[in-house]
Amino acid sequence: MMAKLTIPEEELMSPGHMGCLGCGATQAMRYVLKAAGRRTILSIPACCWAVMPGVWPNTCLQVPELYTPFETTGASISGIRAALDALGQEDINVIGFAGDGGTADIGIQALSGTADRQDNVLYIMYDNEAYMNTGIQRSGSTPIGTWTTTTPVGSTQEWEKSPKKNMTAIMAAHGIPYIATATTGYPEDIIKKVTKALSIKGTKFMQIFSPCPTGWKMDPALTVSITKEALSSRAFNLFEIENGAYKVTMKPKKTPLKGYLMKQGRFRHMPDDLIAEVEADLDSAYENLLHLEECTRKKA
Amino acid sequence: MPGTIDEIPITPINTTNSTAVKTGGWRAFRPICDTDKCIKCWSCWKFCPDVSIAIGEDGPIYDYDHCKGCGICANVCPVKCIEMIPENK
Ligand SMILES: Cc1ncc(C[n+]2csc(CCOP(=O)(O)OP(=O)(O)O)c2C)c(N)n1
Ligand code: SF4
Ligand code: SF4
Ligand SMILES: [Mg+2]
Repeated sequence: MMAKLTIPEEELMSPGHMGCLGCGATQAMRYVLKAAGRRTILSIPACCWAVMPGVWPNTCLQVPELYTPFETTGASISGIRAALDALGQEDINVIGFAGDGGTADIGIQALSGTADRQDNVLYIMYDNEAYMNTGIQRSGSTPIGTWTTTTPVGSTQEWEKSPKKNMTAIMAAHGIPYIATATTGYPEDIIKKVTKALSIKGTKFMQIFSPCPTGWKMDPALTVSITKEALSSRAFNLFEIENGAYKVTMKPKKTPLKGYLMKQGRFRHMPDDLIAEVEADLDSAYENLLHLEECTRKKA
Repeated sequence: MPGTIDEIPITPINTTNSTAVKTGGWRAFRPICDTDKCIKCWSCWKFCPDVSIAIGEDGPIYDYDHCKGCGICANVCPVKCIEMIPENK
């Protein structure tokens, strides 16, 4: 078969997994494994991906995977790398694959330790913007205005009040060699960035924006198209930070934030003045990113 | 599968490929491709979260044992040649 494909054909994630209809996090895993290949060891903490491989003895992952406690992804990948070093096995990728709650909140201390030691691992945060596996609770990565079960809406208007935690800036402050953001609507970009990350020695961090139709109260058929609108509305931005130098890897034409928000039930209650406030913040964050690209350019 | 609790290993190791699990039963809408119109761009294959599309001579070949019917393939197809049909029809 001479089909022209833009991503590797080999599948290391099997069907029959327990992901919901249209789950973005399963696409993220599929693409990461296509880039990393068979000589990879994964570590996954408590999160949707801890249940998606299947009920024992089933697994959809065709590479070895360690289940690790919620807060320990960073420590576990450091330990796997140390064990491989002790065995003299250098040609194996060690990848932590954790949710946004497991990364930005409970696992941040272990991740910081890994980065501080400059351990040779890739840490991937798949970002669905809440604690989805336990039934949609807000996390540090939940954006302003979001409905979750712990940020209810209606007469009390207790929607999420604090901004999405800037994980890439936190990781940049650790001085690690490579940081990148990506999203599941652009598999070629994920594969390019994972391949690059794995070619660099030291601690690498990637944040992959991964839609969750269940938690976002969204039509599962929109999982791909919503990522394009997330980028054009500046709700999420694609960039790399290589040895401190920022590079914005996609600069889409701006579209109104409201178009992105209204396709998702988690945002539909948001009043226009709040949307305008959030939109202004997102626009200035994007401008800030362009400035960072400009002023860190010479370092590359 | 072990018969008793004593036969379960202390560190359980997953050994069976999940293809044994037929998630096709979750499906409410079934994707059907009109292969005459297919331009073989393989977007449907690329974005299927359930790895349920194979690359065929004339277009996508569906694995209905596993496809959950999310509708992503129909949504991303540039020539709109995939239709989602209710399973009860
Ligand atoms: C120490 C500990 N606290 C709480 C839990 C319960 N728990 C399991 S998964 C999960 C949510 C994970 O959220 P996230 O990391 O964002 O991944 P997602 O489920 O969204 O994929 C929680 C709270 C746990 N397993 N361990
Ligand atoms: S409907 Fe969804 S699961 Fe089924 S083949 Fe299409 S993309 Fe895959
Ligand atoms: S997305 Fe549509 S045109 Fe492209 S290969 Fe699939 S069915 Fe054919
Ligand atoms: Mg999450």
